[in-house]
Amino acid sequence: MSIKIENLTHIYNPSSPFETTALDNISFEVTEGEFIGLIGHTGSGKSTLIQHLNGLLKPTKGKILINQVDITSKDVKLQDIRKNVGLVFQYPEHQLFEETVYKDIAFGPANLGLNEEEIKARVVEAMDLVRLPFQELRDRSPFELSGGQRRRVAIAGVLAMKPNILILDEPTAGLDPKGRDEILEQIKSLHQQVQNTVILVSHSMEDIAKLVDRIIVMHKGKVSLIGKPTQVFKEVEVLESIGLGIPQITYLMKMLKENNIKLREDILTIEEAKAEIINWIRGNKNA
Amino acid sequence: MSYEGALYIEFKRGIYMEKMIKVDKVTYDYSNSEKEVIALNNISLEVKQGEFVVIIGHNGSGKSTLAKHLNALLLPTEGDVFVKGLNTKDESKIWDIRQFAGMVFQNPDNQIVATIVEEDVAFGPENLGLQPNEIRNRIESSLKVVDMEEFRHKAPHLLSGGQKQRIAIAGVIAMRPSCIIFDEPTAMLDPSGRKEVINTIKKLNKEEQITIIHITHFMEEAVNADRVIVMEDGDIVLEGTPREVFSQVERLKKLALDVPQVTELAHQLIKEGIDLPHDILTVDEMVMKLCQLK
Ligand SMILES: Nc1ncnc2c1ncn2[C@@H]1O[C@H](COP(=O)(O)OP(=O)(O)OP(=O)(O)O)[C@@H](O)[C@H]1O
Ligand SMILES: Nc1ncnc2c1ncn2[C@@H]1O[C@H](COP(=O)(O)OP(=O)(O)OP(=O)(O)O)[C@@H](O)[C@H]1O
Ligand SMILES: [Mg+2]
Ligand SMILES: [Mg+2]
Repeated sequence: MSIKIENLTHIYNPSSPFETTALDNISFEVTEGEFIGLIGHTGSGKSTLIQHLNGLLKPTKGKILINQVDITSKDVKLQDIRKNVGLVFQYPEHQLFEETVYKDIAFGPANLGLNEEEIKARVVEAMDLVRLPFQELRDRSPFELSGGQRRRVAIAGVLAMKPNILILDEPTAGLDPKGRDEILEQIKSLHQQVQNTVILVSHSMEDIAKLVDRIIVMHKGKVSLIGKPTQVFKEVEVLESIGLGIPQITYLMKMLKENNIKLREDILTIEEAKAEIINWIRGNKNA
Repeated sequence: MSYEGALYIEFKRGIYMEKMIKVDKVTYDYSNSEKEVIALNNISLEVKQGEFVVIIGHNGSGKSTLAKHLNALLLPTEGDVFVKGLNTKDESKIWDIRQFAGMVFQNPDNQIVATIVEEDVAFGPENLGLQPNEIRNRIESSLKVVDMEEFRHKAPHLLSGGQKQRIAIAGVIAMRPSCIIFDEPTAMLDPSGRKEVINTIKKLNKEEQITIIHITHFMEEAVNADRVIVMEDGDIVLEGTPREVFSQVERLKKLALDVPQVTELAHQLIKEGIDLPHDILTVDEMVMKLCQLK
């Protein structure tokens, strides 16, 4: 499913002393099957933006088109939007509410009108995707879990709905490194299988570099950069001036260049860096 | 001088140096009739005054449960926890213990109580019943330590995540704790907010001599610690300086953990037969070593 945002503005608490323009006339498009990374410093408007995509927030001005349908128009039912657009909240506490892990994850699929058996299959599958042991945790209260376990439940609840558009707001905050890598890999491979549209909000430049087709950088309610990871992470000065950074590995390559070791600079992952450095060392020996 | 003030001076003079925290064979059991969950399993740990300890471990390994024992938010099912020699089970000492050992959590929004920065920092000292003069001093000095003086009259909800987290830290410092426990304070922050908070933590340790216990899933944040502790299933399974711990790349991966990106890169280059040390932790070290190969 495609997304088109046209001149979107959102003002919190208008005409009060707390008035905040969180989104300032934003426009961009996401094509069907794209994997987008959304980055920006705290308060830049990321969460506000994505909450518009499933109708949780209403624009002060502007339009949101999902598959050419304007979801802000009156005759669109929120329920229909939410069947297609799954949103994992930044704070799992805002999302979890059932007495047990099982019921919490089953809530979405149940609303899709699936039968008990199908629902159970979805819950089992989703818990497996986020690496939660089904038997051990199914009857536990989500509020009696560790922070990282709770976040996994929140992610599973949305994955279980198999939405056409999957939006994840900081899904890996609080996950251990292995959980982070595994869950992101699962999301990526799911994406490759079913060609869903994914928007990943993250503060981890490393994760963004590894996963996404295109990056949207937000700054003070506006889109400040948009492009492929290699293009965006070239803009070190811009990124640093707005509170962001580049992956540690990209930074290493930049430092090497400053020390007269001439290597490619558009390197985003450990694997690329390894190949590049080995080449350089072997080249040195032969020279 | 108040009892608390006197103790603080004693601690500054170094009389209380040595053991800040002692966790002695602690087991913690969340079990009830329906389920069995043993979150800490006969764990022992000592932290010295002035030490900077980082705790890592996979989700559910017991880090937060341990942290909550260090300021008596939880009491051991078995075993004892001592904070500056006071047993956390001693109810009459609970306020002293909470003053000695402050806590900072993941989400700054949940820790900020007032609508003006200053009032938020004043909250703790006011509850201690301090004189207005002393309260003002403490607001002043705490905001200074976290570099937020110019925001004293602002509304916290208008600040960035890193700034809010520094206000939360100022609120804890205003209690003059000798130890602060940070439970994933940077999980929700952008890269610059993380840097701000990490620099603040380092400063508290180096300049204010505050003992730091820092729980994190960001391995790069552990490289500055005096000691790294690795937890697994309610127990400590690995412990040492950052260099000792992070040179064990394979072992850490088995424990669902990781190493900083440059350490991983060095590890992979070594496997390819390239001559590098096993304990590279920072970009600068890596650059230096590679330059020597030029
Ligand atoms: N419910 C609200 N009421 C008033 N202002 C709000 C509300 N939610 C967010 N804001 C403000 O809107 C701006 C954008 O916030 P938003 O949460 O969208 O940022 P973000 O990019 O998601 O930040 P973070 O990385 O910290 O999650 C900020 O200035 C924020 O303080
Ligand atoms: N209130 C609770 N009731 C029952 N069990 C709990 C409760 N809080 C935590 N647990 C369980 O205790 C174990 C340890 O949890 P703890 O929160 O200490 O882990 P953690 O190491 O902090 O994990 P994370 O990295 O996810 O924050 C987990 O198995 C968790 O499910
Ligand atoms: Mg947000
Ligand atoms: Mg925890």
